[in-house]
Amino acid sequence: MIQPSKTPMPLADAEERNKNFSEVALGYSLDDAINEASRCLQCLHKPCVVSCPVNVDIPRFIMAVKENRLDDALSIIHQTNCFPSICGRVCPQEVQCESTCVMTKRYQAVAIGRLERYVGDHAQIRLDVQPLNQQFKVAIVGSGPSGLACAYDCAKAGIAVTVYEAWHDLGGVLRYGIPEFRLPKATVDKEIDVLRQLGIEFECNVVIGKTIECAELFDMGYKAVFIGTGAGLPTFMNIEGEGSIGVFSANEFLTRVNFMKAGQPKYDTPLLTGKRVVVVGGGNVAMDAARCAKRLGYQTTIVYRRSLNELPARQEEVEHAMEEGIVFELLAAPLKVFANEQGRVRSIFCQRMQLTEPGPDGRCKVVPTEDVPFEIETDTVVVAIGTSPNPILIRSTKELKTGKWGTIMVDENQQTSIEHVYAGGDAVTGAATVIEALGAGKKAAAAIIDYFTKEQAG
Amino acid sequence: MAKIIKKDILNSGVVSMEIEATRIASKAQAGHFVMIRVDQHGERFPLTIADANKETGTIRIIFQVVGGSTIKLNRLKVGDDVLDIVGPLGMPLHHENIRHAIVIGGGVGCAIAYPHAKALKQQGSKVSFIAGFRNKDLFILKEDIEATADHVYFTTDDGSAYRKGFVTDVLKELLESEKDVDLVIAIGPVVMMKAVSNVTRLLNIKTVVSLNPIMIDGTGMCGGCRVKVGNEYKFACVDGPEFDGHQVDFNELMLRNSAYIQQEKHTCKLIEEETQ
Repeated sequence: MIQPSKTPMPLADAEERNKNFSEVALGYSLDDAINEASRCLQCLHKPCVVSCPVNVDIPRFIMAVKENRLDDALSIIHQTNCFPSICGRVCPQEVQCESTCVMTKRYQAVAIGRLERYVGDHAQIRLDVQPLNQQFKVAIVGSGPSGLACAYDCAKAGIAVTVYEAWHDLGGVLRYGIPEFRLPKATVDKEIDVLRQLGIEFECNVVIGKTIECAELFDMGYKAVFIGTGAGLPTFMNIEGEGSIGVFSANEFLTRVNFMKAGQPKYDTPLLTGKRVVVVGGGNVAMDAARCAKRLGYQTTIVYRRSLNELPARQEEVEHAMEEGIVFELLAAPLKVFANEQGRVRSIFCQRMQLTEPGPDGRCKVVPTEDVPFEIETDTVVVAIGTSPNPILIRSTKELKTGKWGTIMVDENQQTSIEHVYAGGDAVTGAATVIEALGAGKKAAAAIIDYFTKEQAG
Repeated sequence: MAKIIKKDILNSGVVSMEIEATRIASKAQAGHFVMIRVDQHGERFPLTIADANKETGTIRIIFQVVGGSTIKLNRLKVGDDVLDIVGPLGMPLHHENIRHAIVIGGGVGCAIAYPHAKALKQQGSKVSFIAGFRNKDLFILKEDIEATADHVYFTTDDGSAYRKGFVTDVLKELLESEKDVDLVIAIGPVVMMKAVSNVTRLLNIKTVVSLNPIMIDGTGMCGGCRVKVGNEYKFACVDGPEFDGHQVDFNELMLRNSAYIQQEKHTCKLIEEETQ
């Protein structure tokens, strides 16, 4: 008899957790994990593997969990993915591996993400550490997901790797963006430490394009460069009053709270005090910002132009946000921010929107209604409507071809317009998911390894 | 980690430090800045590079001890390390074929204005330097400025030395007598940069200001340093910090810079208590 639904994930109580930054999803017990693993039918065509951007051998690692061989399970995952604890937490499995699980024909999918997290968190790592070939070095620009994935695969192939990071700590969006309650920083540290053990070198406080030019990396002896600089440049709404005190990009708000630990005892980075926050946007970043604000004690409202069905955030994040008491003001688009005499936000003025009938492409457009605009009182506005690629390296590297939105153009092997310079992640795609960035980093690594192998043979 | 190899007190509130930072020194140009984090609890804050020596691999920063972070930085001695320093950041403006530039520094802003005067002089421009201070005890870089510029004019707000008045008083007179001025660079308090820009706007003389908005990362990630320039927002960290003074919305900049005054007072108090 097959258990029709996923083994539930234990969660911290909503009224407790919305006051602290501890992790919300508490993780499976061993019994939970074995129970869930036994739901996997071990089907032969393995559709989950194909729909995983990094092609983890999912049935095989699940079989190992079922047999309580956790260390084997981790080794299986590590063959293609060095970040099970991170991916298990932040991947949108419902549209990837779990979406094609054969179980979904009648029941709920196997909880692949939860199992992956369990393995990452509890198994002992068996690393095969080999000396790296210092004659063939690769420079990785940015220590976010795509860079780390590229570094890992290169090092496993015996290539020496240096990862350059502009900020003072590693991880990119894993560090500054995704909050502690969704991805504990100790987890990020632990998985990055695996890369250190493999001999990968990390240098913080180096901005490629400023401290060192991209071309100079080749003069320094690197044979290839991977650019994973992310989509960090925040987009604003371009409405009146956006320069008021208390209007932040989601990046700034999250960076202050997550990365600089603003507002925590002893930390100097200040946080504006206030009572209410309006977060504009409906993606995962908007949910993260809203849930952070809630935890800091703000009454929090999310303002989104479309309706609940169109929210781009993961359903789970939306549900968690609602449970935690965040108000959703849907079909509303900001028109103007009002400030008081001191320049501090006083309210945000919004237009009521409506969805049109679906067009030929099946998508509904959103258009303003004729209703009189309404005002939401607030002292803080967080703008979470998207980001575009960080411009620093692109501006300083003239030969690098970019697309319409400032994204770096690459070929099918992730190579840019410059030979042996590869790119991947949000810098190429615009803001996307952690796992897609990992996939791109791996693809670039494959091309670099190919180049390395040819050099070795030649 | 970056070692402090020299520290000088320039006046009661302004400190100069030379810091070992080989890579930064090799790239630094007038107008570049660095982001500094003094210790693990510190904030990231920008300081303009006052000078860079490629041979010794050092950069010089000059800062006013005004807030929590600069109090912390000032507590460090020669031989101590700054935890994090990153740069050189920003997009320095290059001024070519300038006949006569008026470089204006207000207070500690002279430290940032001075490298511009030096760079302009090196490329053959005539340089007049106007340096304004609140009073005679606050002069900095006096000899350096005098040794660099063709003409130097000092003012003090209270008249305790040289001419009593503001830099704009001298500027107006100079612009009447000197008809070949084709560039004004103004660096100092926002009110001063605003006043200078108002004077030169009428005469349509190109005016460059260096802005000091609140920054978190300094690499384009947060948008906290956005300033209105013309009809659009620019990020001081990646698009500036130097902008056309005639286009900058100085009033909004002043408001935005006041955002954390209450928190800053509190932080200063805590840090001072900790020091004692």
